[in-house]
Amino acid sequence: MHPIIAIILNRLVLGIVTLFMVSLIIFISIQMLPGDFAEAILARAATEETVAALRKELGLDRHPVLLYFDWITALMSGDLGNSYTGRGVIGADESRAVFDLVAPRLKNTLFLASFAAIIAVPLSLFLGITTALYRNSAYDRIMNMSTLTTISFPEFFIAYILILFLTSLFPIFPSLANVDADTEFFERLYWSALPALTLTLVILAHMMRMTRAAIINLLASPYIQMARLSGATPRELILKHALPNAWAPIVTVITLNLANLVVGVVVVEVVFVYPGIGQLMVDAVASRDIPVVQSCALIFAMTYILLNLLADIIGIVTNPRLLHPK
Amino acid sequence: MSNKTKKGDVLLEIKGLKIQGFSDEKWHDIVKGVDLKLHRGEVLGLIGESGAGKSTLGLAAMGYTQPGCRITGGEILFDGSDLAQLSESEKRGLWGNRMTYVAQSAAASFNPAHRLLDQTTASTIRAKIMPRAEAHSDAKTLYGALNLPDPDHIGDRYPHQVSGGQLQRVMTAMAMSPRPDLIVFDEPTTALDVTTQVEVLSSMRAIVEEFNTAAIYITHDLAVVAQMADVIKVLRYGEEVEESSTRVMLSDPKEAYTKSLWSVRALEKPIQKPSDTLLSLKGIDASYGTVKVLHQVDIEVPRGSTVAVVGESGSGKSTTARVITGLLPQLAGSIEFNGEALPKKLSERSKDQKRRIQMIYQMADTAMNPRQTVRDIIGRPLEFYLDMRGEKKEARIVELLEMIELDASFLARLPGELSGGQKQRICIARALAAEPEFVICDEVTSALDQIVREGILKLLLRLQDELGLTYLFITHDISTVKAIADQVVVMNQGEVVEQGLKTDVFQPPHPEYTNLLLSSVPEMDPDWLTNLTRHRLETAGNAV
Repeated sequence: MHPIIAIILNRLVLGIVTLFMVSLIIFISIQMLPGDFAEAILARAATEETVAALRKELGLDRHPVLLYFDWITALMSGDLGNSYTGRGVIGADESRAVFDLVAPRLKNTLFLASFAAIIAVPLSLFLGITTALYRNSAYDRIMNMSTLTTISFPEFFIAYILILFLTSLFPIFPSLANVDADTEFFERLYWSALPALTLTLVILAHMMRMTRAAIINLLASPYIQMARLSGATPRELILKHALPNAWAPIVTVITLNLANLVVGVVVVEVVFVYPGIGQLMVDAVASRDIPVVQSCALIFAMTYILLNLLADIIGIVTNPRLLHPK
Repeated sequence: MSNKTKKGDVLLEIKGLKIQGFSDEKWHDIVKGVDLKLHRGEVLGLIGESGAGKSTLGLAAMGYTQPGCRITGGEILFDGSDLAQLSESEKRGLWGNRMTYVAQSAAASFNPAHRLLDQTTASTIRAKIMPRAEAHSDAKTLYGALNLPDPDHIGDRYPHQVSGGQLQRVMTAMAMSPRPDLIVFDEPTTALDVTTQVEVLSSMRAIVEEFNTAAIYITHDLAVVAQMADVIKVLRYGEEVEESSTRVMLSDPKEAYTKSLWSVRALEKPIQKPSDTLLSLKGIDASYGTVKVLHQVDIEVPRGSTVAVVGESGSGKSTTARVITGLLPQLAGSIEFNGEALPKKLSERSKDQKRRIQMIYQMADTAMNPRQTVRDIIGRPLEFYLDMRGEKKEARIVELLEMIELDASFLARLPGELSGGQKQRICIARALAAEPEFVICDEVTSALDQIVREGILKLLLRLQDELGLTYLFITHDISTVKAIADQVVVMNQGEVVEQGLKTDVFQPPHPEYTNLLLSSVPEMDPDWLTNLTRHRLETAGNAV
């Protein structure tokens, strides 16, 4: 077996172990939330008897360890469980499967994240490479300054500035990104342009500066001097000699930012009223809709683990010492 | 080499070249007005200590200055055009085309991301000297000419997949691929073991001769330059000391500085009679993880003498030192010191046992805390082992400084404010502070220039005489062994090949490996490499 496959399998197993640990942490933290669904939903009608009855119906009166194992075993068979909402009164059950709640929201979030990533990743690579090529020039300084400026402002501020310019002063894009399942692809792009742009501006600086720094760091290596003395042009030095050795640090930062696009966008979703998974989770926490909260948290954890795994794999594949062992 | 006849007209002429480097917030002169003339097909040796400006001058011969350096005067006429006046892109047209470069560390100078064949031929293809396929097949021919194993396929490998000596030869092939007029060799064999060095040197020399290429060969090793160069130029502090043909330079150096370089190699310690045994290793096995690096090592160290452990990198010399100091507990075997068994682990040894064995390292730079003053560095073992404080400690530190030929003015200095030789002296003082009986010197002079090296060796010998110290001297350098040792232990691949009195080990007959090692040490005879190569070919021929 090629050693790379062994390394990747190893990382995969570690990823699964991590996921289990995370599920435990999620479960314990939710147990520690004050109040529970029964109290939250019954509100003023919460007498001791009604609360106890609703708990019993939901199975909340059982031991937490049992609850955890129920959740995990259901998860392993692909069942996210049923939402608590829709169970207004005892006996009536209009609840929906968590999957049906989460899936469309997740789709929306992934759409927005991909949209932003497709703009931001190539752009930041391009800017990082060109600023490294023309380091310390006016271009380099302006790019560094402007990306640093955008990363320094809070997301909602950038969002409102964009709305001010691109919706109010120059009405190009809509300020609300209220898409639904029936919105067509191009219309969807149009509606979600501003949130995607906001996210791009937020994550651009980090990725671009890492690209620039990783390349400049390598330019001091003896093999770059050797390449120069072999007549390589500045462009060749960067693209052919520095960049192939710079992927590992760059990819780590890119995947971290991509994870952030999925997990950390709730503010942007709120500003643009975009129906993403972040909003769903915040609402679910407020109403103590525990199955939904748990599923969202697990999806976020999985996103991080998968993207980090991807970064590891790319780091390995671009390292000739690992790819071509002695 | 020196009787080559095909010398042509002047290829490169440097006139009054001045180069400055920027450090510590100001510009310093590195090269102070050097003239140089190189004919087609001629090999010029540039020799000098570190800081002599030889690498800077060698790179300047290609019109290249390292970042932080600038040319402030003079001309570099290559085939008529002044490189100092050319633009970067005009010079780029020459680099990798009419002039090429072979760097000191091949391992660091190859791009880890590309295959060797592509790197060998990149500049030839870029300069459109040969089409891709032809360049590739030519490179394979060059690999063969340089005695690389499997020349047809070695180019498919990545740099980390071949050895240091092979990489250095691939780099020579890379330099030769565009058939340049000039190759600059910048200390190309310094990082190699002696037995590897011989092979690389003869390959390089043969190919330079075959294509009648002019070359500048930069080194600090006189014996190496004697093999390679037609003409030798000695540099010091950025200025020329003298220049003459290799044979004249070796037999009749004019300047006092040159003579002092030559005389270092003459240092030789008279042998001390062996006395009772201070340290003995019996049947030592040791490993790093699952890799076994020492096999049944037996070494006897007589009191008051110097035992030199020689061998190439990977022979287990430094591992032996780690076992003795307790840093790496042995798997099997025993260590006796002063007649009593030493515990394997450092943590099981008493403070007094630790005090009696001290160590001095190769890199004085990294062996000292850069934030501590000389006073703290030497004072620490005084406090720790001997419980000295206050004035008594201070007086002892000054005494130790005087023993190593420095004085109280060094007390408040940081390691960064010392020269390489001074740093190593402070490390020696630190070891002496513990009042040891036994000192392990691990390649302590390898990173030093020849003259500084001589000073340190003389100091060590004097200290041994005055304090009755016993040394275990680890080195790969045979001339250092001659200078300092009473007994010699030859190691190869974790085993002791031979040990005994220096005179016995250096006298034939030798075991095969000792023979290879000793015969590979370059001598100050310009015909040494030629004779050796012929001799080895004949012996190989006889064997077949």
